Amino acid sequence: MILLVPGSYYTGLSAVLFAIGVTGVLVRRNPLVIFMSIEVMLNAANLALVAFGAQFRNADGQVLVFFVMTVAAAEVAVGLAIIVAIFRLRPRLSVDDLSAMRW
Amino acid sequence: MESLALLMVFGFAAAVAGALLYIPSLIAPRRETPIKLEPFECGKDPVALPEGRFAIKFATTAIFFIIVDIELMFLWPWAVLYRTLGWFGFAEMLVFLGILMLGFLYIWRKGGLEWD
Amino acid sequence: MDFPAVSLRAILPAIVILTTAALVLLLDLLPPRERKGHLAVVSLAGVVAALLATTWLWGGESRAFRGMVVLDGYALFLDLVICYAAGLVVLLSMDYLRERGLESGEYYALVLLATVGMMLMASAGDLIVVFLSLELMSLSLYVLAGYFRARLASGEAAMKYFLLGAFATSFFLYGIALVYGSTGTTNLDRIAASASRDSLMMVGVALLLVGFGFKISAVPFHMWAPDVYVGAPTSVTALIATGSKAAAFAALIRVLVTSLRSTQPDWTVLLWGLAAATMTVGNVVAIAQSNLKRMLAYSSVAHVGYMLIGLVAGGVFGTGAVLFYLLVYTFTTAGAFGVVLLLEHAGGEGVSLADYAGRARRHPILALVLSLFLLSLIGIPPFGGFVGKFYLFGAAVRSGYIGLAVIGALNTAVASYYYLRLIVYMYMREPEGVEAVSTPSFAGGLALAVALVGIVVLGVVPTPFIDLAQAAVTPLLR
Repeated sequence: MILLVPGSYYTGLSAVLFAIGVTGVLVRRNPLVIFMSIEVMLNAANLALVAFGAQFRNADGQVLVFFVMTVAAAEVAVGLAIIVAIFRLRPRLSVDDLSAMRW
Repeated sequence: MESLALLMVFGFAAAVAGALLYIPSLIAPRRETPIKLEPFECGKDPVALPEGRFAIKFATTAIFFIIVDIELMFLWPWAVLYRTLGWFGFAEMLVFLGILMLGFLYIWRKGGLEWD
Repeated sequence: MDFPAVSLRAILPAIVILTTAALVLLLDLLPPRERKGHLAVVSLAGVVAALLATTWLWGGESRAFRGMVVLDGYALFLDLVICYAAGLVVLLSMDYLRERGLESGEYYALVLLATVGMMLMASAGDLIVVFLSLELMSLSLYVLAGYFRARLASGEAAMKYFLLGAFATSFFLYGIALVYGSTGTTNLDRIAASASRDSLMMVGVALLLVGFGFKISAVPFHMWAPDVYVGAPTSVTALIATGSKAAAFAALIRVLVTSLRSTQPDWTVLLWGLAAATMTVGNVVAIAQSNLKRMLAYSSVAHVGYMLIGLVAGGVFGTGAVLFYLLVYTFTTAGAFGVVLLLEHAGGEGVSLADYAGRARRHPILALVLSLFLLSLIGIPPFGGFVGKFYLFGAAVRSGYIGLAVIGALNTAVASYYYLRLIVYMYMREPEGVEAVSTPSFAGGLALAVALVGIVVLGVVPTPFIDLAQAAVTPLLR
């Protein structure tokens, strides 16, 4: 396979995506949106893995991406379940409300 | 240095978009009336508030769907390489599907698939 | 096409536990559906079987699945630690859950699945396996933290643990991606062989340390720990504090010492800072706590700092001391949380410092046992905590990190204040209010007895265990 775009561009894009994800986690207050930002970070890592895999011409990166997607799906399932469980106790959802415990 | 040109395009686009968002927030007057704050639904008065609730059972079904959906990702490469992998791959896949079926049995017996 | 040799022997302890988890889930579907006591017994039997399998495999070394899994002395040693942690947690959970009417197959299955993840982390030979087992452990623990569905604090703990844990995981994964980008492989041995030290590798190592830092709750990545420890069911807190930390340390040590050896000077500096900050912040903030679970949470953060000293010191002595300390710490912390669990009220109250005033009069045995665990946490002979700290600080001095050893010793002095304060509350204060005298159950008593025997044996005859720990890390350092 010939890369039409140099490999470093993919790394750069994935770094930007990762930074966007981190920013999203830090500035947003809705747990669902925070979780979507985390998904962006995971996918940034996936992009980097696939790009490196193409660069080295071995399958390790691609295989890892498969597992990451599985794990991300499992995380979604667990995360949704936790959100539903809290939603039953308290209808508004913001991480600022989750302050029954303070140090 | 074509990458530099590309970066400049990105930078310029971001700056323009940012300015278009930022400047009105500084200078535009804000007069909020109840009608303006209502959600817009093709010119009609909204029938119901948008924050209506969905039943939990949709979420449960969605969770099951995601898990079964992802299972396909592992079946696909196996199907593509079915002949190469032969009986070894077949046995491995049986183990994988067997564990998955245990989970399915669990969901079923626990009543997770009941709609009502 | 050649197929990887399927050597199930290399993952036998994990398979035993995994089978037990599946069995517990299936048994949960069969009658009797009202009583679930037998599920705990089956889980415990599974853990004991895994313990036996570990001792049976002792001394052997096998690699399987193309180097994905390595079962060496190191993994077996940590399997022992993790099995003890899981066994104590199952014992403590039995009556704790029954009294609250919350016994279920899911609980025990999730505890066992988390244990499988921990064991695989200890024997991971590839970053892919480290990632997958880390997630298996974490996802199970997220659900367990929110197990008390009717309590908002429990849901809050689960949500915080989940969001911050997933956040940390993505840092960890990006670190893996960068290390892969630098070396072209995810296999730990081949990463070591490439001996890469370019900028991709450096950033990757830093991101991996952030991910691990969250999991072992090192300062400044510890912010989730106190809230999760308080909100989660106390039995789950014990598992998070002991097993998950042991597993995260296991993977951290293997990844750093074997595969990232070429960057040792760089991460040693980072870990030096982490160790000093973790000890100091953990101990100083623990002084201000009035909730016992929160105090123990900060205390466990501080203990992570002590263990990082051993990692900074490095070598057979430093790394071996970390392993020995993990063993002592698991018994001590599981025991301390066990006493807190037995004295907790059904609604989750009764864990504040004021509630412990005069406890020695109502629960003389439990108060005595808790005092012994606290003395071990301070590091007073003849308990295991003393020997563990002695070897950690000794290894630091031997490697020339005298400053770190001094910080550690000062921190021990600070820590003794809040541990001793609790003992003073229990023995020298008048009790407030009236409280029914509850007798701890057989299972709870057994768990405490095992933990107590553990810290005493480790404190009185430590030499064979130190030798075991040092023998376990030797192959990593080759």
